[in-house]
Amino acid sequence: MKRFKGVTLLAVLALLVAACGGSTSESAAPSGDEKPAGWLEALGAAEGELNLIIWPGYAERGEYEGFNWVDPFEAETGCKVNVTAMTDSNNGVQLLQSGQYDGGSFSGDASVRLMTAGDVAPVNVDLLSNYAAVFSGLKNQAHNSKDGMPYGVPHGRGPNLLMWNTDVVTTAPTSWDAVWDGTAAVNGKISIYDSSIYIADAAIHLMAKRPELGIKNPYQLNEEQFAAAIDLLEKQRDLGVIYWGSYADQVAGFASGDLVIGTTWQFMANVLGGDTTAPKVETVMPAEGSTGWSDTWMMATKAANPNCMYLWMNHMMSAEANGQATVFFGEAATSEAACDYAETIAPGHCELTHASDEAYWESIWYRTTPREDCDDADAATTCKTQDDWVEAWTTLRGN
Amino acid sequence: MIRRITGWFNRHPRATLGALLAGPLGWISIVYLGSLLILLMHAFWSKDSFTGKVEPFNWTLDAFAQIFSNPVYFTIAARTIGIALLVTIAAAAIALPVAYYMARIASPRKRALLLVAVTMPLWASYLVKIYAWRTILQTNGLLGWAISPFGLEGPGLTEIANSWLVLTYLWLPYMILPVYAGLERIPNSLLEASADLGGRGWITFRRVIFPQLIPALAAGSIFTFSLSIGDYIVPDLVSDAKFIGNVIYDNSALGSFPVAAAFSFVPIIVMIGYLLFARRLGAFESL
Repeated sequence: MKRFKGVTLLAVLALLVAACGGSTSESAAPSGDEKPAGWLEALGAAEGELNLIIWPGYAERGEYEGFNWVDPFEAETGCKVNVTAMTDSNNGVQLLQSGQYDGGSFSGDASVRLMTAGDVAPVNVDLLSNYAAVFSGLKNQAHNSKDGMPYGVPHGRGPNLLMWNTDVVTTAPTSWDAVWDGTAAVNGKISIYDSSIYIADAAIHLMAKRPELGIKNPYQLNEEQFAAAIDLLEKQRDLGVIYWGSYADQVAGFASGDLVIGTTWQFMANVLGGDTTAPKVETVMPAEGSTGWSDTWMMATKAANPNCMYLWMNHMMSAEANGQATVFFGEAATSEAACDYAETIAPGHCELTHASDEAYWESIWYRTTPREDCDDADAATTCKTQDDWVEAWTTLRGN
Repeated sequence: MIRRITGWFNRHPRATLGALLAGPLGWISIVYLGSLLILLMHAFWSKDSFTGKVEPFNWTLDAFAQIFSNPVYFTIAARTIGIALLVTIAAAAIALPVAYYMARIASPRKRALLLVAVTMPLWASYLVKIYAWRTILQTNGLLGWAISPFGLEGPGLTEIANSWLVLTYLWLPYMILPVYAGLERIPNSLLEASADLGGRGWITFRRVIFPQLIPALAAGSIFTFSLSIGDYIVPDLVSDAKFIGNVIYDNSALGSFPVAAAFSFVPIIVMIGYLLFARRLGAFESL
């Protein structure tokens, strides 16, 4: 039996090395001389199928009354839509890299990685009739374009807001100071997002309070700026913070009174507003600005159904689909037409989410990936990488 | 034709054995061990910080260097192992009287009912049980409501003791059942002999019953210890502590696979050591 086991193990190892060794020679270089990989010169016939990676809630089929933008698409184009919901950005990146999907909706911290690695293709926006109407503030941003080429179409955007329990925090705060300095009323009941990306929010506070640090971009921090941000986060942790990983935890915390102030998305404020037994909450965009997220539909370079994907991208920029999708999630719509439609199902939605108020978005830093080259033209600067951020967060939360 | 084949297999018993085992062994070695091997190999591969992709077969010890250079990883590992040990001890402390009552004192009917009662929590979903404990342990949850007449507040969801409590609750059936089985195996004649020699209740328990139970306790402890050391959902939902599993999950979720894989060596090595220790105590005969 001993020999049998040893032989089996060797055979397995040999199989693995053979299987894996082959794939290392693949590079991410695009095929073709002039046209980048995945580029569509003209729209062809729809393939009949579409496989998408989505954030939960981004492709509704009528489970909630009045919110269905997938069935009309299937009826119109004949592309049957199959969706897989991702748990977080990295899960989404992994799913796309598996090669079994045509595309998905990605936030800035995933989209930048996918563009850099060549996993998603530039989009020929001339083929998309609805693209022209999209707000200019969403086009050719750092998170959805590379070398001046758009790599996807916007789905919606949202800020991270400051939310508080109006019974406990009686004067409405206008600054993030409330969660950084703490008061007797809120200490021990502060709600903070449990992810390394929150370090950027600390950087935003430092941009206002310590301009001598010279932070230009809260996601690209050098040694000194990063150390200051971590220091600030440690002080905050010592005030008594309860970190939330899923939105439901935060909603439950505010509803039970365990949490009275914190960072949130409009979505949670809507959920709490709809709960008559929960304490009343208010949200505000603090004066210093905030971090935010902007999600983009991107197509895989090796998509099996590129035409269906283009049709979907165009569909998701249409007034009805985008209006429904952004009202459902509580984020800002991507065009005036979508806003007009959103008014009919949720009056005041676009005003509440500042969909067309570009000045509002000036003070919002969309989620993106920290990079060693600081994502700037200056070759001399070096910044902390994504891995450094993850490790620092582990250290902050693990001790 | 068929008879020829069966005849051949009859004359070559080793081939018969090989053919029969090929399926399950193939499954274990290729699917299970193979995927485990790939996972662990990630610990020795580098990661391109620009694209964020792991570079397979690019051997390096960077991930281990990171684990050893930052003391927080040791803190987290120590915390996890500590809680796992506390869970084991608490589960054993509760299991002994319960199993003793079930095995030696209860009538057959009561015993059957108790067996059902002990195993019934296993019918419920793991997540449902944890969320039930959340509503109990919240600041103004069920526990808070019950102790408020004494002027006390509920523990809230930041206490690490919550993890200890919930983990003990979850794995208790896995400790009670082996101990119960172990107690059943002790012949009555042994206890009579001990009584004849002048041993009263506690002495008999300490010097006759307990030594016989050590294999059973070791077997039960394998479950409670290994399940606790790997758990990351309980500490995430009922406390704000980070366990080994949380670090591995957080790192995987953000793409740092080499660090996650390197840190996963810790529970593997700990469990190998623990299993060797449990084997010494005779746990595997009593599973």
